[in-house]
Amino acid sequence: MKKIIATLTAILAMGFSSSFAGTLVINTDLTDPAPKAAFEWAFNKFQEENPDVTIEVNNFDHEGYKQAIRNFLTTSPPDVFNWYAGNRMLPFVRAGLVEDVSDIWSDTGWVDGNLTEGMSHAKKPMTIGGKQWGIPYTYYQWGVYYRKDIFEANGISVPTTWDEFVAACATLKAAGVTPITIGSKYLWTTAGVFDYLNLRTNGYEFHMALTKGEIPYTDPRVHAVFDKWDELVKPGYFLENHASLAWQEAIPPMINGEAAMYVMGNFSVALFKEGGLTNDNLGFFQFPEITPGIPMAEEAPTDTMHIASGAKNKTDAKRFLIFLSRADVQEEMNKTLGQLPVNSGSKVDPDPFLEAGLNMLNNAYAMAQFYDRDAPAEMASEGMKGFQEYMVNPDRRDKILERLEKVRQRVYK
Amino acid sequence: MFPIPIQKRPLINRISYKILVPVSLFIWLIPLIGIMLTSIRGLGDITAGNYWGIPSEFLLFSNIKDVFQNTPMLSYIINSFKITIPTVLGAVAISCMTGFALASYKFKANLFIFFTFIAGNFVPFQILMIPVRDLTFQMGLYDTVTGLVLFHVAFQTGFCTLFMRNFIKALPNELFEAARIDGTSEINIFLKIVVPLTRPAIAALSVLIFTFIWNDFFWATVLIQGQHAMPITAGLKSLNGQWVTVYHLLSAGSIIAAVPPVIMFFLMQKHFIAGLTLGASKG
Amino acid sequence: MGWFSTTPFLNVPVSTQITYRKSSWWKLNQQRLTPWIFLFPGLLLFLVYVIWPIFNSLYISLLQWDGLSPAIYVGLSNYIELLDDEYFYISLMNNLKWLILFMLAVPIGLGLAIFLNQTIFGIRLIKSLFFFPFVISQVVIGIIFSWFYNPRGVIGPFLDKLGLSNYAILADENFATYGIIFAGIYPQIAYCMILYLTGLNNLNTDQIEAGRMDGAKGFSLFKNIILPQLKPATFLAIVVTVIGSLRSFDMVAIMTQGGPYGSTNVLAYYMFETALSEYGYRMGYGSAIAAVLFTIMMFYILFFIYRMYQSEKKGL
Repeated sequence: MKKIIATLTAILAMGFSSSFAGTLVINTDLTDPAPKAAFEWAFNKFQEENPDVTIEVNNFDHEGYKQAIRNFLTTSPPDVFNWYAGNRMLPFVRAGLVEDVSDIWSDTGWVDGNLTEGMSHAKKPMTIGGKQWGIPYTYYQWGVYYRKDIFEANGISVPTTWDEFVAACATLKAAGVTPITIGSKYLWTTAGVFDYLNLRTNGYEFHMALTKGEIPYTDPRVHAVFDKWDELVKPGYFLENHASLAWQEAIPPMINGEAAMYVMGNFSVALFKEGGLTNDNLGFFQFPEITPGIPMAEEAPTDTMHIASGAKNKTDAKRFLIFLSRADVQEEMNKTLGQLPVNSGSKVDPDPFLEAGLNMLNNAYAMAQFYDRDAPAEMASEGMKGFQEYMVNPDRRDKILERLEKVRQRVYK
Repeated sequence: MFPIPIQKRPLINRISYKILVPVSLFIWLIPLIGIMLTSIRGLGDITAGNYWGIPSEFLLFSNIKDVFQNTPMLSYIINSFKITIPTVLGAVAISCMTGFALASYKFKANLFIFFTFIAGNFVPFQILMIPVRDLTFQMGLYDTVTGLVLFHVAFQTGFCTLFMRNFIKALPNELFEAARIDGTSEINIFLKIVVPLTRPAIAALSVLIFTFIWNDFFWATVLIQGQHAMPITAGLKSLNGQWVTVYHLLSAGSIIAAVPPVIMFFLMQKHFIAGLTLGASKG
Repeated sequence: MGWFSTTPFLNVPVSTQITYRKSSWWKLNQQRLTPWIFLFPGLLLFLVYVIWPIFNSLYISLLQWDGLSPAIYVGLSNYIELLDDEYFYISLMNNLKWLILFMLAVPIGLGLAIFLNQTIFGIRLIKSLFFFPFVISQVVIGIIFSWFYNPRGVIGPFLDKLGLSNYAILADENFATYGIIFAGIYPQIAYCMILYLTGLNNLNTDQIEAGRMDGAKGFSLFKNIILPQLKPATFLAIVVTVIGSLRSFDMVAIMTQGGPYGSTNVLAYYMFETALSEYGYRMGYGSAIAAVLFTIMMFYILFFIYRMYQSEKKGL
């Protein structure tokens, strides 16, 4: 009798465990149509290749996801979840919520294989404490998107130096066009501007030291960044009322021809085109040089995929990560995403913006993730609030920088 | 009567009053009229900035269809019902009992318990937020309808108890005494006398709690994170983030969210107002 | 209550007497125990979900805790940090603005109630329509008004005519809070109105007539005879308005998230932001803010309870 029960239990247990092994729970924040389509394709393709696996997706809205991630990682961890490289993943890694995936990055690999050679160059940003904690699947460039036709009509050519850039703004302003559009309601857009001004004024090493908390915000070199920023803010080169607009709401002025430039990431191209702009009147250029001789580093945030340490199905999770790192998969997904594949074996879609981006990033001195990924969350939140306040009230610069310095001393202590 | 009935005023006053009332009503409702007009419009009107003119197309139904097809609106609504109805039942049932206990028995801790319920009812949500969230985590009910309902029932018990206790207290005590003399057990006094007599209070309370819970946003944000359990208020908020430039769909969504409590209000108006104004006419 | 304890013993057979005795213990104590049985579920839930969390929050406010790593006891340092936190003072000031301006809902509601307290054709429907903003979720009201205020939104054409083209009140640190309060007060006025309409319905007609006989008219009639009779309605209106003004979370969350740069923050939202938002997770600091909010509220709750206690004593 005992034997029978034992066998029964074993059978049942097997039944359960194999049904476990067959389900792969993935948490994502795919609200915009392009990422949604790209991942739907990837999920289907993975399931086609692994018919024994059923993918279960929990989809969150993009803003809510950033709060939800803490909750689900601690309470009901999925197998796989998407997140960001750099400092943004640090607290979760530190709290032991992310699975170490060094084995799939190593040459010898894991039972089911490892990442292709094309991924080895991306190892560093995924490394904390000598171990790797996920894989990157896409990245994209930041820079200046502009209206070619408006530039032409005002006799402006693409600026490559700061003086040319400021002169272009002045010409546009005089012509009744808002030189730069921006929607800063959700704060982060201001960080894009700050990052570039700092990267160009003081260079990559300084920018990284600042986001690591090694330099006071009251440092004269930070003031130098704001001096440059003043040259744009004080004459009113940014869109009015930007504090009341989401980043998408700042796009219509550019579509209507009321504004000429947007310091943005490449994900915005889809919205520009949806609004009626085409490759003929929408262009992209690299953020111009400020301090001559400083090597040009670029802003290129990387999106990543991770395994939760509490995952129930780590085997299939690792399989999925390897799948997602493949050149053919990244190529296809990024075609839909309108972004750049990380795997160097993937071909880039023949799209002028992607080609320009790839070209720029291949020649970049270094890549920054983004202010809110390079700096710890608390510093980033206060910093971006400060940038927004500065952009509305440039006269408060000293007060703002003093406040940020106070926050820095507390956060990095 | 205060003020003096308009019928007793000179003709000129009567006429101007009859003009003034609809005019002020119109001004009062401008925000709501604005959103209704917008929900009819198409994207063309929105991008052209035609907000107040005659809509160039009548697209209310297609907008509503759009909302249901392209967003989880339907599941948000279903979740709202799944959260609201059990909360109403739970809170009303429990407070009938607590209200009865506090209204018709004399014991030492009576007033203290009563005041505890009242005080708790006024407490700012933020002082409860972190512990309630942790508690819900620990019970494994985070991000579930059940977890949210349990909290809502508990919190609403404060207000409902105040309400039921005062209502039952106003019932003639002789009724209970007579029943006791007849040997009716306390439980039967509750079931056979109190419950039937408090029907109007139960109705009023149900409509009120329905509206409160349907419109709750804070706790839905704190205790729910996924679409599978998210009620319409939190759902609308997340759509607000995505739809920053498609006002006509946002308007249609807002109207959909407002429909159930508005229907509830117009159907049960008498009870609703009776509930809200309890105590407004006597100390 | 001694009426059932002795007499029934007279002609009862022994066997039944025993069972009777058992139930007699219940009968004896029924009056004492029943209330506790009825109170049990409600009291238990309330203690677990409302009373205990208050004390737990006060304890958490003494910790440094991010919800992930172990908490560290830091004594009063969260409170000390609060004293030096610019955003905390901004939030506190905004709470004050909310409180003061929200009070306007009481007289405006009273005015509306007097205005509508007539019996003309369709008045019932008109009253309902005036009231129904209150029924709608604050989330919806917030969405309506933020779009209303958007310079590219509804109000745009009117502002253009006033020469204020492209003015965005929600982006103006000096006025954004007033913009949110204006939206928040809209349903609150409806609530106060309905309270006063009920109050007006239950006025003592004899007193009014007597007053009119004495020559009281207009404002003096209103002030000396009507207003005192409306005292319960006024009390309730003030109570619900104060609570409404301190629960300003929904409106702020929908309309500005505390922005631009923290200028529209209120304690309720600031607490949430520090404790649970994307960049937050300072549970201890958040709890300290909540504790301040709670203390402010406590004064008010105690006042309310004191008043209830007074009227209970009269009632007993």
